[in-house]
Amino acid sequence: MKRLVIKDVSMTFTVPGDAPIRALHEVSLELQPGEIMTILGPSGCGKTTLLNIVAGFLAPTEGEVRLEDNRITSPGEISTVASVRPKSKPHDTRIMGPGADRGMVFQKGALFEWMTVEKNVSFGPDMAKKPRAETRQAVAHLLKTVGLQDFATKPVYQLSGGMQQRVALARCLANDPDVILMDEPLGALDALTREKMQGLILKLWKETRKTIILITHSVEEALFLGERLVVMAPRPGRIEKEYRLPFADRGMEDDPRHVKTSPDFTMYREEILSMIWGMEEEIMGRAKEPA
Amino acid sequence: MKNRNPSKLAIWLGLADNSFTRQKTVKFGDSSAVNSGRAWGILMIVTLFILWWLATNRGWVKPIYWPSFDAVISRASLLWTEGFRNVALWDHVALSIYRVLSGVFYGAMLGVPLGFAMGLSSTARGLFDPVVEFLRPIPPLALIPLIILWFGIDEFAKIFLLFLAALFIMTIAARAGVSGVNVSKVHAAYSLGATKFQVLRHVILPNALPEIFTGLRTSMGVCWGTVVAAELVAADKGVGSMIMIAKNFLQTDTVVIGIAIIGLIGYVIEIVMRKLEARLIPWKGKL
Ligand SMILES: Nc1ncnc2c1ncn2[C@@H]1O[C@H](COP(=O)(O)OP(=O)(O)OP(=O)(O)O)[C@@H](O)[C@H]1O
Ligand SMILES: [Mg+2]
Repeated sequence: MKRLVIKDVSMTFTVPGDAPIRALHEVSLELQPGEIMTILGPSGCGKTTLLNIVAGFLAPTEGEVRLEDNRITSPGEISTVASVRPKSKPHDTRIMGPGADRGMVFQKGALFEWMTVEKNVSFGPDMAKKPRAETRQAVAHLLKTVGLQDFATKPVYQLSGGMQQRVALARCLANDPDVILMDEPLGALDALTREKMQGLILKLWKETRKTIILITHSVEEALFLGERLVVMAPRPGRIEKEYRLPFADRGMEDDPRHVKTSPDFTMYREEILSMIWGMEEEIMGRAKEPA
Repeated sequence: MKNRNPSKLAIWLGLADNSFTRQKTVKFGDSSAVNSGRAWGILMIVTLFILWWLATNRGWVKPIYWPSFDAVISRASLLWTEGFRNVALWDHVALSIYRVLSGVFYGAMLGVPLGFAMGLSSTARGLFDPVVEFLRPIPPLALIPLIILWFGIDEFAKIFLLFLAALFIMTIAARAGVSGVNVSKVHAAYSLGATKFQVLRHVILPNALPEIFTGLRTSMGVCWGTVVAAELVAADKGVGSMIMIAKNFLQTDTVVIGIAIIGLIGYVIEIVMRKLEARLIPWKGKL
């Protein structure tokens, strides 16, 4: 397992004929192996941009991202020959771009609809030409874990939104990445499915002890899933505040509803909500009226 | 029409609301609430046939302008058994279809890789964009004189013309297919460790298939129109040439039969392509 280091990352988008957009300003974060971190913040504060830089899809204007000793990205240089499989050679300072060591789960639309559930999940191992029998076994096990064992041979477009996200999770896990990056993975689901899926994410985190970064718009979800919670502020996108929380650990033993209604949970929720409301009102250009 | 329980026949004929349209109260303006009106369609067809029969039997039009019903039937059976000008009717039709399929095939063989290259590489886009954009709006028929000058009127010339007609459609379709890929899918594939080639083979290609197939369908339609026109101009076999030669012999009945065949085949091509599409690309428009 590897340590993820995000160091002084700034990102400025230059749009021709328009003022440059400062999407991120000197963002630094360090994740220890096995940590789960949630990122919260108003729309447009650079959450997706940050995740895309960590994934290696974007090169930052300043700063760098490292996974243990591997440089993922640094300004202006990103491997166009993407997807070089990371070698576990120590002190390999190659620039990697996107790679199999960092799995992605998108909000929606990233499954391959021309493939069955099974084929989607085995995509990573298949591309790496892993032995068939081994992959089949791993895939069957994963599908069971996410409760889709009966849907293995169904085309993904016949599945509900929640089931599709479970396929996306399984597909990501099948590749056994060091870090999992999720950009609003539950954002397109209804409230009930969403709560169930939160439980599943916690369960998978506990079983696999992957390092996870999860972006969400839901304060409750961020509190419930994050061992660490980062609140970002917009213009320029930066880290406003960081919390260490006990709820992810508690959520695995206790009943989720119980955790979410506990006094300390609601206290955090109100504090963060009003913080974000403050930012939103700033954006909207209205002064907050004193209570 | 206000009948609560219309018969199956009335529904089929489109005279009564079916269970779907019955529930709609707003009908004017909602085209999905309009019934098939099949009864009127049948009425129209019957009327046309009666008019045809009357017009030729009563001598309202001369047979040289429009053949009588009987003449068409007997000519059709003659064409069926004897063929046209010592060539079986089916051979005329098959030759035209063969030309279309060849043209579309070669057009796709070159057009798809070309469109992919234009969607994936700036060099290819820069090189071919001006050419494709310039040649695209030219109707293939406008190229006939040039092609006759270059290649004469043999088989190669015709297939080359159809190849050109299909080429640009296929290029543009393949290119649109490539640009239509959801970046998340490409990102996901790279994050799962796929190489560039694997992304092309397993993500971009399947993603572009629906567009490519639409391109194939359009090419088939355009090439079918083009082959008939090309055969009108220069050919001694094929449905197009058949009606042109028949015209020279004032065989209006053969001309009419030829036109009907052309329409029918065009329709069959469209239906076959749609069925193939549903079979081969069941995920189209999903997810
Ligand atoms: N490719 C781009 N070109 C120009 N500007 C961009 C680009 N991508 C993002 N931005 C800008 O950068 C800022 C941050 O965008 P980002 O998508 O990271 O926000 P976000 O926090 O993920 O928002 P949301 O919660 O709505 O998903 C926004 O102001 C956005 O307009
Ligand atoms: Mg976002």
